[in-house]
Amino acid sequence: MDNLRDLYQEVILDHNKNPRNFRKMEEPDGFAHGKNPLCGDQIDVYLKITDGVVEDVSFDGNGCAICTSSASMMTTALKGKTEAEAEALFNSFHHALTDEGTFPDDVPLGKLEVLTGVKDYPVRVKCATLAWHTFDAALKKMQGNVSTE
Amino acid sequence: MTNSAQYDIQSIRDDFPILERKIFDKPLVYLDNGASTQHPTAVINAVKNLYEHSYANVHRGVHTLSQEASNLYDDARVKVRGFIHASCVHEVVFTSGATESINLVAQCYARPRLKKGDEILITHMEHHSNIVPWQMVCEQTGAELKVVPISDKGELEMDQFHALLSEKTKMVSVVHVSNALGTVNPITSIINAAHELGVPVLVDGAQAIPHLPVNVKNLDADFYVFSGHKIYGPTGIGVLYGKEKLLNEMPPYKGGGDMILSVTFEETIYNQLPYKFEAGTPNIAGAVGLGAAIDYVNKIGIGTIAAHEHGLLMYATSKLEQIDGLRIIGEADQKAGLISFVLDGVHPHDIGTILDGEGVAIRAGHHCAQPIMERYNVPATARASFAMYNTFQEIDVLAEAIKKTINMFN
Repeated sequence: MDNLRDLYQEVILDHNKNPRNFRKMEEPDGFAHGKNPLCGDQIDVYLKITDGVVEDVSFDGNGCAICTSSASMMTTALKGKTEAEAEALFNSFHHALTDEGTFPDDVPLGKLEVLTGVKDYPVRVKCATLAWHTFDAALKKMQGNVSTE
Repeated sequence: MTNSAQYDIQSIRDDFPILERKIFDKPLVYLDNGASTQHPTAVINAVKNLYEHSYANVHRGVHTLSQEASNLYDDARVKVRGFIHASCVHEVVFTSGATESINLVAQCYARPRLKKGDEILITHMEHHSNIVPWQMVCEQTGAELKVVPISDKGELEMDQFHALLSEKTKMVSVVHVSNALGTVNPITSIINAAHELGVPVLVDGAQAIPHLPVNVKNLDADFYVFSGHKIYGPTGIGVLYGKEKLLNEMPPYKGGGDMILSVTFEETIYNQLPYKFEAGTPNIAGAVGLGAAIDYVNKIGIGTIAAHEHGLLMYATSKLEQIDGLRIIGEADQKAGLISFVLDGVHPHDIGTILDGEGVAIRAGHHCAQPIMERYNVPATARASFAMYNTFQEIDVLAEAIKKTINMFN
């Protein structure tokens, strides 16, 4: 159970139970639907961008604790970031979870650091990255499905 | 628990080496048998002995090893015939698994016969492997797929089945035991009703074969399919049982060696059953392993196993029902081998990960049965599925681990 506590830390359980920015957004600038076909996690990400800055970001959907808390933390981390900063954070987060090593452009993860325990559970990495991939798709104004496959 | 006196669970467990495993320093509690069962030493040794003593290609060589391997391969077919009570050995076709068996029937039996306006009848509780092959045939022929609905309890709506069965129906394909709900379907009634209209029935027995005695002759099933790895055998081997007459009427599935009597560039004469459907070098070790698995199951007795598993199911159901916030998905009167469940506020994947930390292996997900998940409005379920080697004490471990999970998330 000790190992699992590294994965299911209090902050993760809290974001799962009380997800932040968990709402549908009316008239978003960007929107994407993401799903993990393997496990059935589904998430919608909504974006409002003003002058290249993430003014608002929200999500709704249905996922496991890792998926939901990662989406929740993502929304709090992204607000106020420029598009370029947001992309950099996405890339850094992805590198940290997939254990591809650190890259020169990586930025500090801050509070998102608690999610890096997921890398010890390879089948759950996609749960943690789904919201980010969906955000990425929304940002690129790609309408339609984004799959983590 | 009434069977525990006669049922020597410890000696059975001793036959399965993997049950010695520790997971995170805790004894393995393997409850993912619906996905794949573990292997007794007898199966492992049968495969080992083949490779160490008698391996060569089958049905080709005149040398000793080829003859021995051929005998072992053919013996396995004899064992399968006996186990499912087929009329003759050549009604047993070896395939790679239940999925290939269904595809074979869909492509070689249904596809040449069906046309626009015809209907194929399946049920809402099918595994994807008994949905997609028929959708492909529908696309190829213009036939239409009809689906028998299920009740909240997880039973087939039989009045709807009778309403949907018509002179348009050209094929019925139905699961014997649902992999996601555990429901045992009234196969005999379904087959009898279909036969009154002259409609053949395929029974997907993947989840039934390890849990129930199956007699294809008494059932009067036209086709019965299953996979070896769900009945303590190797992966990559499965069975298509088909009535001789139907199999004879069907064209071969794949072209190649072993499925022919003679080949010239002008004309090829197909081999007789079952070789007509077994092109190429078959899964020799898989078949031999499956034969050994059937021997092992016969030694314990499928009826005895069924009784033990029924005891486990009853015990687990009563244990899990007592847990606040746990909902069992699939409460049919006739169930076999498994319990699907969801917990309030805990996603099945989290249940699966946390239970794994307690040494308990279950399945979490949609069980390749997404229409069922939609039917019960859940994204996924957690599933504990039982085998002959599971114990009542393991059910206690499962229940405690579930309680721990709930505490962690609340």
